[in-house]
Amino acid sequence: MKIMVAVKRVVDYAVKIRVKPDKTGVETTNVKMSMNPFCEIALEEALRIRESGLAKEVVAVSVGPAQCTDTLRTALAMGADRAVHVDSGAAHVQPLSVAKILRALVQAEQPGLLILGKQAIDDDCNQTGQMVAGLLQWPQGTFASKVVLDKEKQKATVEREVDGGIETICLELPAVITTDLRLNQPRYATLPNIMKAKSKVIKKVTPEELNVELRPDIEIIQVTEPPKRKAGVILSSVDELIDKLKNEARVL
Amino acid sequence: MSLLTDAPSAYELTADQRDLASAVRDFAQTELHPHALEWDQHKHFPVDVLERAGRMGLGGVYVREDVGGSGLSRSDAVLIFEELAKGDPTIAAYISIHNMVARMIDTHGSEQLRRRWLPGLSSLALRGSYCLTEAEAGSDAAALRTSAVIDGDDYVLNGEKLFISGAGSSSVYVVMARTGGPGPKGISAIIVPADTPGLSFGANERKMGWNAQPTRAVSLVDVRVPRTNLLGREGDGFTIAMTGLNGGRLNIGACSLGGAQWAYERAVAHVQQRVAFGRRLADNEAVMFRLADMRIQLEAARGLLRRAAHALDIDAPDAVELCAMAKRLATDAGFDVANAALQLHGGYGYLADHGIEKVVRDLRVHQILEGTNEVMDLIVGRSIVGVA
Repeated sequence: MKIMVAVKRVVDYAVKIRVKPDKTGVETTNVKMSMNPFCEIALEEALRIRESGLAKEVVAVSVGPAQCTDTLRTALAMGADRAVHVDSGAAHVQPLSVAKILRALVQAEQPGLLILGKQAIDDDCNQTGQMVAGLLQWPQGTFASKVVLDKEKQKATVEREVDGGIETICLELPAVITTDLRLNQPRYATLPNIMKAKSKVIKKVTPEELNVELRPDIEIIQVTEPPKRKAGVILSSVDELIDKLKNEARVL
Repeated sequence: MSLLTDAPSAYELTADQRDLASAVRDFAQTELHPHALEWDQHKHFPVDVLERAGRMGLGGVYVREDVGGSGLSRSDAVLIFEELAKGDPTIAAYISIHNMVARMIDTHGSEQLRRRWLPGLSSLALRGSYCLTEAEAGSDAAALRTSAVIDGDDYVLNGEKLFISGAGSSSVYVVMARTGGPGPKGISAIIVPADTPGLSFGANERKMGWNAQPTRAVSLVDVRVPRTNLLGREGDGFTIAMTGLNGGRLNIGACSLGGAQWAYERAVAHVQQRVAFGRRLADNEAVMFRLADMRIQLEAARGLLRRAAHALDIDAPDAVELCAMAKRLATDAGFDVANAALQLHGGYGYLADHGIEKVVRDLRVHQILEGTNEVMDLIVGRSIVGVA
């Protein structure tokens, strides 16, 4: 079985984000970029499945500008067998477009599993996995905190972290899984694998070649910082507290 | 890439080296830096973190790949150790010493010894200690007295080693012992596993720094090991030990550089926000000049380290003295820059929580071990005037 993992290049989680002066988005020039943490978890899960003998190949894919190859090289260094870069140039890519691209890649590659992070830490959309499952008419196990494959029966048992607790579902393969934080602890790429990554293949394709038009369905009107936290006030009595809760915070 | 030759450029990293440095930087910032102060304060030796470093391939940086090593070059190593030291110079230095032991076994050990020890050492599932120094033989290492006498199929070792990094916690000790006559040519390098009867250890020394790694005396009383534990041939031990030190010196220099670079960057940030007499510290030319000095020292040290590493990689005839030069320059610069960074922080520089004083304490010993900087001067001076 082949596993496809979709990974996204995002601003590194440790960076202090700044909004651009023109309010069109977040500053990304000269800012450290990394693989989305949930995508790392997705890749780690795919690698573990391959190492357990239940899959033969892990293919990492990414949609974005030329610098995506950095992220794909990291994926190769972690252990992916090969990679595909869908070059979207300078276009701003949104989940539905990515989902359509992934559908095209899946139809070409025919993996038994498509694993993604549950969401990207830049836009927090939490949509791509679900959309591509819908487009492919594949079952989906999102927010996975545990995945157990039964290769013989071609099923995946997925434990999902939902608001009410943990839900266990059984998916027939091929399926889409999106990963949550507690699924696994991603490995560090080993030094030899970092050096070997350059000899692994990164195939480049364009959205046009996949018959996907990158058309934004959402227009971003403005990006602003959240209001700065105001200084606290020391109150002198319980009556004053109740008054403020009622009339200022309006929570009573 | 250099247009002139196909030698790697001293001035630019290759894409691979950038990836390596970036990966090790992530490891050091995530695994080492957040805990470094705590390890120093509690003298805690973080064996679990070392195992994680090993899984990344940091236990056998230039050990051959057939036994689990990473097969990288000395040029790669100086990048790696600088990044590790930005996280914690003490653990970076420990990993370097361990790598020296692994490399010695890889280069001079029999196939049997390689396969027995290197998979474990490369992954840091096992740790190794390098046992050369004695109470009466530090810089004058060739005067060592620990003996290894042949008895049947075994060597029997007797003696006392001092200041041994990792001792008491390691799985294997490479012991330089006298199998022949006086002087360097009578010395052999012999592997002693940790559980061999007759091996015991002194108390963990109380040191100025390097508190996150144990340092102990090693006592050998009638320690019996098979003769097949010999590295290389009898009489090669001193050369093996010294050759190991060339690379070790580069790494220690890189550790000084990494620690000092971190301290310098903290100082740069501090002087840009600290206000005194109505202006930022950074607005005073005296402070700007001090920062310039610090930066120049660091860049010079880094340049010479990379040059020496390249010379060692290509086995250049002047590699030994270049390594000595780079070690002396980088360790002196490292301590001076870290100390200057402490001064720029004022009173805060003296407080443990700011981490600067720990780096100063850690880097001080780099000017002493792996060959004192005075011995480095001797090596370089002798290479100039041609003393054998």
